[in-house]
Amino acid sequence: MTPEITIAILMTVVGASTPILLAALGELVVEKSGVLNLGLEGMMLIGAVAAFAVAATTGSAWLGALVAMLAGAAAALIFGVLTLTLTANQVATGLALTIFGVGVSSLVGAPFVGMTVEGLGTLFPESLADDAWGRILFGHNPLAYVSLLAVVLVVWFLNRSRAGLILRAVGESDEAAHSIGYSVIGVRYLAVLFGGAMAGLAGSCYSLVLTPLWADQLTAGRGWIALALVVFASWRPWRLFLGAYLFGGVMTLELHAKAAGLSLLEPEFLAMLPYLATIAVLTIISLRRSGARAGAPACLAKPFRASA
Amino acid sequence: MNGVAPRLALSGVTKRFPGVVANRDVAFEVQPGEIHALLGENGAGKSTLVKIIYGVLAADEGEVLWDGAPVRIANPKAARRLGIGMVFQHFSLFDALTVLENIALGMDEAMGRAELSARVDEILETYHLPLDPMREVHTLSVGERQRIEIVRSLIRTPKLLIMDEPTSVLTPQEVERLFEILRQLASEGCSILYISHKLHEIQALCERATILRGGEVVAECDPKIETAKSMAELMIGADLKEVERRAGNEAGEARMTVRGLSLPGEPPFGVDLDEVSLTVRAGEILGIAGVAGNGQNELLAALSGESLAAKAAMIRIDGTDAGRLGPGARRRLGLAAVPEERNGHGAVPEFSLADNAVLTARHRLGLVAAGFVKFAEARAYTERVIRDFSVRTTGPGASAGSLSGGNLQKFIMGREILQAPSVLVVSQPTWGVDAGAAAQIHQALVDLAAGGAAIVVISQDLDELLSLADNLAVINEGRLSAIRPVAETSIEEIGLLMGGVHGEVVEAQGDAR
Amino acid sequence: MRARLEARREPSRAMRLATPPLAVLLTMVAGAVVFQIMGFDGPAAIHQIFIVPVIDPSHWPDLGVKAAPLIIIAVGLAIGFRANVWNIGAEGQYVFGALAATGVALATWEMEGVWILPAMCLAGLAGGMLYAAVPAFLKTRVGVNEILTSLMLTYVAIQLLYYLMRGPWKDPEGFNFPQSRLFTDWQTLPMVMEDSYIHLGVPISVLIALAVWIVMGRTIVGFEVRLAGLAPAAARHGGFNAKRTVWLCLLAGGGLAGLAGTFEAAGPYGQMVPQFPVGYGFTAIIVAFLGRLHALGIILAGLVLAVSYVGGELAQTAAGLPHAATGMFQAMMLFFLLAVDILVRYRLRFGRPAAAEGSA
Repeated sequence: MTPEITIAILMTVVGASTPILLAALGELVVEKSGVLNLGLEGMMLIGAVAAFAVAATTGSAWLGALVAMLAGAAAALIFGVLTLTLTANQVATGLALTIFGVGVSSLVGAPFVGMTVEGLGTLFPESLADDAWGRILFGHNPLAYVSLLAVVLVVWFLNRSRAGLILRAVGESDEAAHSIGYSVIGVRYLAVLFGGAMAGLAGSCYSLVLTPLWADQLTAGRGWIALALVVFASWRPWRLFLGAYLFGGVMTLELHAKAAGLSLLEPEFLAMLPYLATIAVLTIISLRRSGARAGAPACLAKPFRASA
Repeated sequence: MNGVAPRLALSGVTKRFPGVVANRDVAFEVQPGEIHALLGENGAGKSTLVKIIYGVLAADEGEVLWDGAPVRIANPKAARRLGIGMVFQHFSLFDALTVLENIALGMDEAMGRAELSARVDEILETYHLPLDPMREVHTLSVGERQRIEIVRSLIRTPKLLIMDEPTSVLTPQEVERLFEILRQLASEGCSILYISHKLHEIQALCERATILRGGEVVAECDPKIETAKSMAELMIGADLKEVERRAGNEAGEARMTVRGLSLPGEPPFGVDLDEVSLTVRAGEILGIAGVAGNGQNELLAALSGESLAAKAAMIRIDGTDAGRLGPGARRRLGLAAVPEERNGHGAVPEFSLADNAVLTARHRLGLVAAGFVKFAEARAYTERVIRDFSVRTTGPGASAGSLSGGNLQKFIMGREILQAPSVLVVSQPTWGVDAGAAAQIHQALVDLAAGGAAIVVISQDLDELLSLADNLAVINEGRLSAIRPVAETSIEEIGLLMGGVHGEVVEAQGDAR
Repeated sequence: MRARLEARREPSRAMRLATPPLAVLLTMVAGAVVFQIMGFDGPAAIHQIFIVPVIDPSHWPDLGVKAAPLIIIAVGLAIGFRANVWNIGAEGQYVFGALAATGVALATWEMEGVWILPAMCLAGLAGGMLYAAVPAFLKTRVGVNEILTSLMLTYVAIQLLYYLMRGPWKDPEGFNFPQSRLFTDWQTLPMVMEDSYIHLGVPISVLIALAVWIVMGRTIVGFEVRLAGLAPAAARHGGFNAKRTVWLCLLAGGGLAGLAGTFEAAGPYGQMVPQFPVGYGFTAIIVAFLGRLHALGIILAGLVLAVSYVGGELAQTAAGLPHAATGMFQAMMLFFLLAVDILVRYRLRFGRPAAAEGSA
């Protein structure tokens, strides 16, 4: 393998890992607060279509990414109202959100099918990325840097900040947090909105970076893989980072095989790989731990309604 | 105390919930530096009242005076600002976080880690509280957990400390240490409002007592002058009915034998059972004492068949090896079990009482034929349980969740006892049950034993075990002590066993006395 | 005056029945508003979607044909949802079951006999069960969450379908189109009535729902499933094996989804094509909830969702509404249902807190 190909592979892995890392980081914070939002895929699709629509009509990809975050947060707000205020079942509501996101994105995206937009481009001037190291350090899409920064910030927030401690406490025991005087619902709303914004941003990655061309169901189940990643990472941000890059590698195998001129597997079987890998990884991680939920917040997916 | 305004004074406090008045026109005063008892049985309205004082609930009517000035305590934060600290019966702790993190969470304003750590060390030192701030809470004993709550309150140097049923989970020795801390605090001028239904504790600790019954103040007294019996009668409102024991207490043949039963607890926080052995005979009531969380739930699950033993011979029921049999098969052998938790374990709140009868009575009563449930027969059986155990309900179709705690417990006990089990294992038979229902349940257990059944009662209430059981063992960290006759056992011994002091030490202490 | 929610002592039975129609009604109102905003004639679009298919008898057979797979899949899923077993991969089990039936059809293509169709149905049932057995095995043996595994397998099943259609199972006389041979008469479901396209699967779907109703309401298996969902600890205490319940739920859900797939392939399609997965497995989740996880409710809910499909197509031609609107619409229905469901457990009160209702 030439250095050229190695670098190219590295670049695609980073590209494929970025959106699932962003989405999974958001979901990790949500789950740490004790809420399970299975609507990740739906929020990503809504973010993707919002980003594309804004970028296509205004010509600004950055504005598109911003609107994607708002759209993702708005979708998360629906989830929040249903599950937190109206105490609806979180699993059912998350599924509804995904079905909703599929519908909304293809409805809003219908006029844009097949259109292309100017994507987010790169963050640094081209001149910095003209040799091998330059490309590895400075040649990635802007959201890749955002996602790495987000990992650091989430680690700091959860482990070092008082707000993060309160968030973990709410996810650990809603009753205790409530009786001390913390607003369980308030904390969870903020977490859910953050998760939505991150999912929206992750969605914009698909429509503004990876394929600046609109097609239905652009995210192709990556939201579910991001959900699995949170379990795989045992709710730890650093392991999430590793997992996202592992999956980025698996997801781009198809491309690499083509680039290397290999055709060991039929294309359909290559396309199955990320999903099969997810199942395999979840199985291994569950086998390794005694309790499959070690590390899971104790109140995950448990509805809370203040009794007083 | 002349001229000094009381630290806390309540007048005319009333609180209603849908369908029930929890507090009606309550008035009492607590002086600075006074240890004041709030006495009443379960459901008398003590907890509601202290939640009002602490700002968790808002009173519908009435006035609260703090150092002589009227105050409105809108939330716990406001209460803490006034200088009110509270240690809840159910701790507000986070199992997966460290002691220090838990204390930090209890603070209203952020404090630097180093500063907080120093302050905590200082308090631990002053009050001689052994506690490691870096440990995660789930690794601590219940007594240690309570100390976290106490430190949380003391960090703000409170003027009033409310303790809600603080001793129900402590060993007698831990209780004594708690009392020393409380006395020290009171001597420093801190008032203490001590909520309990345990008369001897109140006599040992408190200077004054306010007695609640049915949400109203029925008396105020000096516990050092009153007798335990007179306070009990004020609390319960009627003469206490003694459990009638049958005469001639001869144990028959062994009905259930457990030998060398070890079982790993369920992660993350389960307790391992370690070499548990016991025998219970026909006509015998065996009591198992112990502080909560020492393997009681695991033992009940192992005996009922919810968890399977490693070898069939580890548990024998009426001569049959049952260690590898599930709950259904064990029930057919004659074993019945009542777990500690009623809602969601012993009964399904959303199910009707008849469905709840099908849950555990179907094996012995044949309530299922060819896969179909015989609902008519289940209803008939349920009606019998309701009648024989005077369960207050609208009928077999009522959901279990609509019953009060005491009535549901009577239903569950009745459901098991009317199946005429040969062995009954029951955990916390009168937990959260009013005195009338408790007496009824105790009588039913005694009668069942008199009929030749063997009964195991797992309870944290020592008084209950001492009045009910023939023989007694103590469970501590998953190990069961040797079984001794109740008549030959002292409270001190049991207390030491509950605290994890085993065998020889007890003997040595016994000799020393 | 301020609206408040007050907990009911028992969930309201009346509200359990009233909230699904209320959710449909709210969806119609909200849908009209949304379409109006989007520049369509909102009320007309709603009329096309919800009213026309119901009042025009010429659409009734179509309603039955659309409702049948939804009902069959949804009753299967509802069994699992009752027990908190979240099989959301019915779409994959539907496809895999249909592929198993197609396999039988292709193997028996040159044969004749009334046994062929039942053999296909059995294969479809077994295929769906087999596909659902994977998440069941992983959940009971290793503790892997069934939500993620069952869903991942859906993507796998669809890729498998693409592969088979493009490769080994491609019709040799099909001008290189990626689709299977047309099934023979022995391999297609007979029509119930002459000159209509209501196939045998339609009445069978109702029979299946009725059977599930009896099982859930009268038998110890139904008791076990309801119990496992409400109180797992009580189920264990009562002597039910939690793993067995998981197996039961997933096999029932998978098997029925596979059967529904078989009926679709051997019914309306009459062959296997790459466009076979149209999302019935996901829509059935909405059907199950709208039907209150109750077999009889699911028959009605299946018809409501069928109306939205048929009406959605009508609105496409009549009002120019995009095809995707149907999906959004169906999701909105579930949103509204989940929202108004709070009225089952809580009472909406206005004004000051009520005084105590008598003394206890």
